[in-house]
Amino acid sequence: MSAGAMSDGGKKRPLLQVEDLRIEIPNRRGTLIAVDGVSFQIDEGEVLGVVGESGAGKSLTGSAVIGLLEPPCHVAGGQILLEGRRIDSLPYEEMRRIRGREIGMVFQDPLTSLNPLYTIGRQLGETIRTHTDMGESAARRRSIELLQEVGIPAAERRIDQYPHEFSGGMRQRVVIALALAVNPRLVIADEPTTALDVSIQAQIIALLKKLCREHGAAVMLITHDMGVIAETADRVAVMYAGRIAEIGPVAEVIRNARHPYTHGLMGSIPLVGHDVTRLAQIDGAMPRLNAIPQGCAFNPRCTKAFDLCRQERPELVSTGATHAACWLYDEGGRRDGTHG
Amino acid sequence: MAEPAATTPATAVANGTDLVEVRGLAKYFDVSPPLLNRVLQGEPRLILKAVDGIDFVIPKGKTFSLVGESGCGKSTVARLVVGLFKPTRGHIRFDGVDMAGLTKREEIEPVRKRLQMIFQDPYASLNPRWRIGDIIAEPIRAHRLIEGKADILARVGELLTHVGLSPVDAEKFPHEFSGGQRQRISIARALASQPEFLVCDEPTSALDVSVQAQILNLMKQLQREFGLTYLFISHDLAVVYHISDYLGVMYLGRLVEWGTGRRVFGQPRHPYTRMLLDAIPDLEMTGRRRIPVAGEVPNPINPPTGCHFHPRCPFAEDRCRREAPKSLPLPEGGEVACHAVEEGRLEAG
Repeated sequence: MSAGAMSDGGKKRPLLQVEDLRIEIPNRRGTLIAVDGVSFQIDEGEVLGVVGESGAGKSLTGSAVIGLLEPPCHVAGGQILLEGRRIDSLPYEEMRRIRGREIGMVFQDPLTSLNPLYTIGRQLGETIRTHTDMGESAARRRSIELLQEVGIPAAERRIDQYPHEFSGGMRQRVVIALALAVNPRLVIADEPTTALDVSIQAQIIALLKKLCREHGAAVMLITHDMGVIAETADRVAVMYAGRIAEIGPVAEVIRNARHPYTHGLMGSIPLVGHDVTRLAQIDGAMPRLNAIPQGCAFNPRCTKAFDLCRQERPELVSTGATHAACWLYDEGGRRDGTHG
Repeated sequence: MAEPAATTPATAVANGTDLVEVRGLAKYFDVSPPLLNRVLQGEPRLILKAVDGIDFVIPKGKTFSLVGESGCGKSTVARLVVGLFKPTRGHIRFDGVDMAGLTKREEIEPVRKRLQMIFQDPYASLNPRWRIGDIIAEPIRAHRLIEGKADILARVGELLTHVGLSPVDAEKFPHEFSGGQRQRISIARALASQPEFLVCDEPTSALDVSVQAQILNLMKQLQREFGLTYLFISHDLAVVYHISDYLGVMYLGRLVEWGTGRRVFGQPRHPYTRMLLDAIPDLEMTGRRRIPVAGEVPNPINPPTGCHFHPRCPFAEDRCRREAPKSLPLPEGGEVACHAVEEGRLEAG
């Protein structure tokens, strides 16, 4: 893919560049390609949403960026650059310093990202002291400030409590405080609201957005919830079967999707206030990793597929406002295609 | 959403068109520490009022949805209605028959086969060691609806076709299917005894959106085809808007508001309903400013006094803290349990 294809932001400096990323999972029967040729960039202070259905490779892409792919998953090709520096092949200790310091993380389940045996204060203090030269009492003061910032009432008292003494929403606030503790440049948020109730979801999204803006952190927001993306992201990448199907400004992708998959996905979401007897549906299901069809991965479910779609994989090409990996928008494909 | 008949469920009772009637239904769970701890450490008995006196009716062929946040008791209601829990108080009448009054097996069975349940997790609700054909045939065999292997097999094939699968799938095992296909199998199993009433507990919340659309479309199509009545439990308001004729909003074991889906979404009256509707992410990006909701759902073991919602309610007054509001009918149909609405402190809409 051409580098120019990604320069929607234009003036801003890219903070994170992912180029032609390929993630493989070797197993007994061969090698599965979970993420294949994924390229995108995130500018400073930008919120990039990554959406897709389960198994589309969105979480693996996020894990690859923070260097937390669980073996046997591994990066098998491409590169990941943070402020121009390659971070996908760093030794463990060096990557550890980058995690937390430069890249913060918020995971889906706040209970598993906090250690149940340590108080909130100890976990926050440890993070702060690992990455800065703050002393113990300064780190504690900073921890209390952070807890106040994420809206935890009586922070001075609650700092000495354990994770189980917090509710789900409050725990996720603590996790956000942890992620932002040392002002990282980038926060990877993987389904940060999926485990929470609707009324709490809205609170957490508003908080994450506000804090990242205040701290000047860019966000890679991974979710399956288009509503969350619509409210939060500047740009959105839609993933399908390990590839990016479409990427562009969030309003364009949501209101005016170009890729048939994105278009179908948007139509299948029920909306309050829209009276339809039948939701638009994409027949079939996303292919399993061991059965990704030749050509465009979406071709068996696509109503607009033609011969070329079954033979050759489309690259991301400009559709005007967005970039879509679809032969409908490729000039070369257009000549060969049978559509109008 | 289809425009429901002009009759509200309350008046439908008189017409005899309602299939399910729930009156004063309550379910308490004893979550006390063990007896020894209570005696030695003087710990009190703890009663969790999961469902605390709710009323609703579901007219034949319609969908009644219950929405609410986790812990509000909506799944307990589903389990009470199908008879998986025994109610602490109250009545559930199915087609005029009081379910609690049935004690003998031969009385229960004919009613049981007329109502079925679809569960949330399509991975946990199908036995991994059984073939699909056996899973779907189980209700047929249990109720002795069809005798003879060949006839059962033919019926299973027919059911699989109804839900968009193929008769040859009967030979396969659950692990060979995706989440959406498994939910289709659950629906086929539920339809096997030719029920009139399906209780669906979050049937699409474990599915991806594009698959969710397939299942919702299938459920609506089956409802039209077989005249099914649904009790639909969900926390996703957009899904509920799409599927429901009637809608009830639960908060900490109580029904705070119910009415036609159109009315509840169009003119929500209870402050909690308004709050929930406001929390829906805005996919149309109209730039609508959402009022952030304050607070969280309190612990249901020790709910707030009076109206359970008062600590989070911007309109709470002294009376709300003291006295639980009664559910009062609204002129436009449906009911709402709120002192502020009753006293006219809240303007409509």
